Amino acid sequence: MGSLSAAAGEWQSVEQIAEDVRTGKVTAVELVERALGVIDSKKEYGAIIATTAERARERAASIDAMVKNGQPVGRLAGVPYIAKDNYLMFGAETTAASNMLRGFVAPYQATVIERLEAEGAVCVAKANLDAFAHGASTENSDFMITLNPHDKTRVAGGSSGGSAASVVLGMVPFALGSETGGSIRLPASFTGCVGYKPTYGLTSRHGVVAMASSTDTLAPLTKTVDDLALVFDVMAGCDPLDGTTIERDPDGYANATTSLNGKKVGVIKEYMTEGVAPGVKQAIQAAIDKMKAAGADVQEVSLPSLSLALAVYYIIVPAEVSSNLSRHDGQRYQFSYQGAKDLDESYMKSRGIGFGKEAKRRIMIGTHVLSSGYYDAYYRQAQTVRTKIINEFDDVFTDFDFLVGPVAPTTAFKVGENADDPLKMYLADIMTVAANLVGVPAISVPVGVDENDLPVGLQIMAAQRADRALLGVAKHIEELLR
Amino acid sequence: MAKLTRDDVLKLARLARLELTEDEIEAYRSELSNILRYVEMVQNADVAGLKPTTQVTGLTNVMRADELLDYGVSRDDLLRLAPETQDGQLKVKRMII
Repeated sequence: MGSLSAAAGEWQSVEQIAEDVRTGKVTAVELVERALGVIDSKKEYGAIIATTAERARERAASIDAMVKNGQPVGRLAGVPYIAKDNYLMFGAETTAASNMLRGFVAPYQATVIERLEAEGAVCVAKANLDAFAHGASTENSDFMITLNPHDKTRVAGGSSGGSAASVVLGMVPFALGSETGGSIRLPASFTGCVGYKPTYGLTSRHGVVAMASSTDTLAPLTKTVDDLALVFDVMAGCDPLDGTTIERDPDGYANATTSLNGKKVGVIKEYMTEGVAPGVKQAIQAAIDKMKAAGADVQEVSLPSLSLALAVYYIIVPAEVSSNLSRHDGQRYQFSYQGAKDLDESYMKSRGIGFGKEAKRRIMIGTHVLSSGYYDAYYRQAQTVRTKIINEFDDVFTDFDFLVGPVAPTTAFKVGENADDPLKMYLADIMTVAANLVGVPAISVPVGVDENDLPVGLQIMAAQRADRALLGVAKHIEELLR
Repeated sequence: MAKLTRDDVLKLARLARLELTEDEIEAYRSELSNILRYVEMVQNADVAGLKPTTQVTGLTNVMRADELLDYGVSRDDLLRLAPETQDGQLKVKRMII
């Protein structure tokens, strides 16, 4: 782990890098070359699908020229980053790691990409993911498996596994991920970086391949909370192209600080059961003890309906997946089966061949729970239990400022360990999905390692729209553990 | 319920327009049954007096002016992505045989 930290430590803070570019201490071109060099030297981890080298070099050169001319270059001037390959952007294909979208050249860019570019950030590569973001290990990528930077026999978590690994491997100071049920927090926990899931609607989803529209959110993964908060501050806020977006905090998100002193922190009882690996529990307990010592009023809290969250999630999300993936019909863009005799055969074969195993599995579950005769018992019931879970969180947040627990019951598992049993793979999400169903912000902060030296992430949650306070308290915890 | 038959799987695949191989039909029959058996735990939850949630931040009917945005993406840019076009339209296989 020592050498890894040193490698990742080669990047200064995002704020410092941008400052150095603005003052001419370093050029954006040099930063792009450095990022591309690390990417090239760490190919064996399977984190990267493609680089956007040509476009990155052009953009970096134009930023350097602007610096020379004394023009403003933005808060993220010249900072290289990597985007999960479900973000539509120029410079490389957008595949969502799926054969269905292989070769797709996006005709426009995601809103958040436009915002990052407007502040001078430079995308250097597209990161691997579970195809269409369906998975908890990045083993469902149609192209390759992303390996854990700490142990190549283990997964990096998913679905933003490539993004998490790229940050930990020191390729870039930040990477973008997407969250539907833990797809940023889980790989952050498994690889030892900071991963965030904001309040639902705080980041525009426009131009990102949709998974489940009622829970999808976007955010960065970084080495530190400060880096994350700064990048997120650039990304967040209303977008006329996404009707679900909400107003940003008037104070923004950068440089948030929240003292734990006097804050009421609830340890989620349902997340600290015997099912949690001892190494995870110890690391979490040690972090909680430090929070107490820093003046937090820590108490155990129970949310009994959490035991239903994963079941609710695996009804609602496949339902939305089946609807969102219906657009891939082989007629409008990318994979299209050639040689069909009629339209129906073209649909059946384009989708049957183009989609991977997990996409088809989720489409069929979704189709089942939405179908006539089963809708009320599955989909409507799940939506109603979702209300029950939301009410429990609302109640708890009238009393507590923050909730804490592990991100996952285990550290990174072995490649192949859960691959043959989809239900076992789904269980990796058991502690992350609730935040998505409820729409509250949640963060994974590295707090230690287990007996195998594998990273453990502490999950912290706050009430909807308390993102700034949550980022601030995450920073305090990060400092306590330093 | 929660024990799907081969015909159930074929019906779902047909509704979702997915052609499956023989191996896939058998694998999905057992996997989907297991997953459904797990998620059925929601059916025992007491939800008396509760309404279903479809939107979590309380937004309803978000409106905008009915104006055309110049988005910088042309019709041709989009049609270029299509497998087959004719006279500025998508071309698909015949629907009626």
